[in-house]
Amino acid sequence: MSILVNSNTKVICQGITGAAGAFHTKGCLDYGTQMVGGVTPGKGGQKDANGLPIFNTVHQAVQATAADATMIFVPPPFAADAIMEAVDAGIRVVVAITEGIPVQDMIKVKAFMAGRQPTSCCCSTPPVLIGPNCPGIITPGQCKIGIMPGYIHLPTDKAASGKSVGIISRSGTLTYEAVWQCASRGIGQSTAVGIGGDPIKGINFIECLDLFNKDPQTDAIIMIGEIGGSDESDAAAWAKANVKKPIVGFIAGRTAPAGKRMGHAGAIISGGDDTAQAKIKNLQAAGIHVADSPATIGQTMARALGISA
Amino acid sequence: MKIHEYQARQILQQAGIAVPPAQVVRSPQEAGQAFTKFACPMCVVKAQVYAGGRGKAGFVKLVKSADEAREAAQFMLSNRMVSYQTGPDGVPVNVLIVAPGVDIAKEFYLGITVDRAANTITLIASSEGGVEIEEVARKTPEKVLKVPLHPLLGLQPYQATELAYRLGFEGKMVRQAAGMMMSLVKVFRQTDASLVEINPLVITKQGELLAIDAKINFDDNALFRHEEIAQMADETQERPLDVRAHKANLNYIQLDGNIGCLVNGAGLAMATMDIIKLHGGEPANFLDVGGSVTAEGAIEAFRILLADQAVKGILVNIFGGIAKTDLIAEALVQAGREVGFAVPVVVRLEGTNVDRAREILSAAQSQLPTLITATDLADAAAKVTAAVEKAA
Repeated sequence: MSILVNSNTKVICQGITGAAGAFHTKGCLDYGTQMVGGVTPGKGGQKDANGLPIFNTVHQAVQATAADATMIFVPPPFAADAIMEAVDAGIRVVVAITEGIPVQDMIKVKAFMAGRQPTSCCCSTPPVLIGPNCPGIITPGQCKIGIMPGYIHLPTDKAASGKSVGIISRSGTLTYEAVWQCASRGIGQSTAVGIGGDPIKGINFIECLDLFNKDPQTDAIIMIGEIGGSDESDAAAWAKANVKKPIVGFIAGRTAPAGKRMGHAGAIISGGDDTAQAKIKNLQAAGIHVADSPATIGQTMARALGISA
Repeated sequence: MKIHEYQARQILQQAGIAVPPAQVVRSPQEAGQAFTKFACPMCVVKAQVYAGGRGKAGFVKLVKSADEAREAAQFMLSNRMVSYQTGPDGVPVNVLIVAPGVDIAKEFYLGITVDRAANTITLIASSEGGVEIEEVARKTPEKVLKVPLHPLLGLQPYQATELAYRLGFEGKMVRQAAGMMMSLVKVFRQTDASLVEINPLVITKQGELLAIDAKINFDDNALFRHEEIAQMADETQERPLDVRAHKANLNYIQLDGNIGCLVNGAGLAMATMDIIKLHGGEPANFLDVGGSVTAEGAIEAFRILLADQAVKGILVNIFGGIAKTDLIAEALVQAGREVGFAVPVVVRLEGTNVDRAREILSAAQSQLPTLITATDLADAAAKVTAAVEKAA
């Protein structure tokens, strides 16, 4: 088991003929993802370097390939439109990698998606947006949709410890760090989701916690957050009431000064409840095991699972 | 992106919001002339800087004559303003505004910001204007009124009217206040702002509604469709290395420590700063080189780190996903050849093409004697803090 994506997931790439889209389509194919095609308006009918069919619209691609997931590399000015097109075409999992989408465009996207009903016959849930400004989602050994290095991950059936974790993170490379530290201790990953560093985004911590909580192959959960906003604190309160599995947390940005945007559009301290210190306090109050250092996420998880570290 | 108060006033004025008269001046002479022109008993001279804390730093002054106006302007234009927001070097002051004093009867706060939890923008208002809104929110949260707006339709007139009544406006002022709110939301949405604040919004003793101080920040990601706003940027208000990094497409913020950091990914960059601090060191900067960094970009990143005189050691932490570790290793070697590493450089590489990257580094080791390799993040932090301590 896993959440959201698995070996049956059929994936297209929007922006497949761009440099990044082409590079990572190949990367996902090499990992074993069922890539079934791509979309670039004006290039419909052609094939990409891997022989995948290219379509003019997402509707056409879905009709021809039965794709149920998409990976979006469309440039920022057009990315919000690409997300809405995918949702409208009945795509179930929309993964937006694009960095730099204007906030007001994302507000429109969220309004567009609000209240959407399940669109295809084969699934019972409304469409899910992952990102934007994220590394994507991976179910190790089955399906990688995004830009993360696949080889660092450990599939659940190969986990020496017999335990696997679900990972939810606002940061890309920090997710790799957590994956690497777990994998090197024999702890597998059911699914790792990068939810992205933007203030207005798709799936959030609580929705992912809910999915991992219900997934029988997920033994524990890692939550990686950062300064800015209240998502981590809200999730901690929700987890306290709803999640019985052990949760390990890490919050980046203890040394970040207020008022400076730390790379991510969402990573800026503006109030007082959105500092790393305030969030760590809230996580601890909810019974979450907080790693003090980014180097001890794996170790903290091993301890929480009762595996000798 | 930030702009100056005088620019924000212009934008509000164009949107039909009443702002009191003011003169933009760039010399003490002009300041004196402006005072004389206004022919009123008292004016205020305000330095135009991006940073806050102007009042306490002495860069907002009440003046009662043309001579006093000239004197205040002379002081402000010939000193850098240092406040809790600027760091010890402060910021230069090149522009001032001179504005006639206003007889204030009542002060309010009006602001708009993005509400992340509600996925929309929110209008914030308070009858406690003229002070820090965060302070009001902490002490008397019931006095901060919030109205989340419809994500597609924005503020509706009934909402504005209702809010005006809740703020205590009366008579014909209700309509004026509501109209101002409608205009302010329009400005926010049309310019892709990330923050709009009028603080204070005042009712004068003569019964006028005026926006006394205005602040507007913009969404950097949307500047591509607002050329006229992008042009307002004042580079003199940023630290020179920040400006240089911005031009090279690097996410860089100079801080006050002595250990330079070069990292890929914003979260990992913050976490790297944190672990340096955990080991007793002080980060000199935040630097996320990004995923699609080029060799040129990476070399410029090293140049920028080394241009900071405070830097006594560097920690390179790359977990390659899209960013390839061999590219970073090559850039490191080339930067070392070009500028020379007088300080210890601790390198921790993991991820895409890491074997190739390690080969590049070990081949160059003899030319780069200060290079130290680390096996993981904790090892890297321990080595760089130890090396910097030893050098000190």
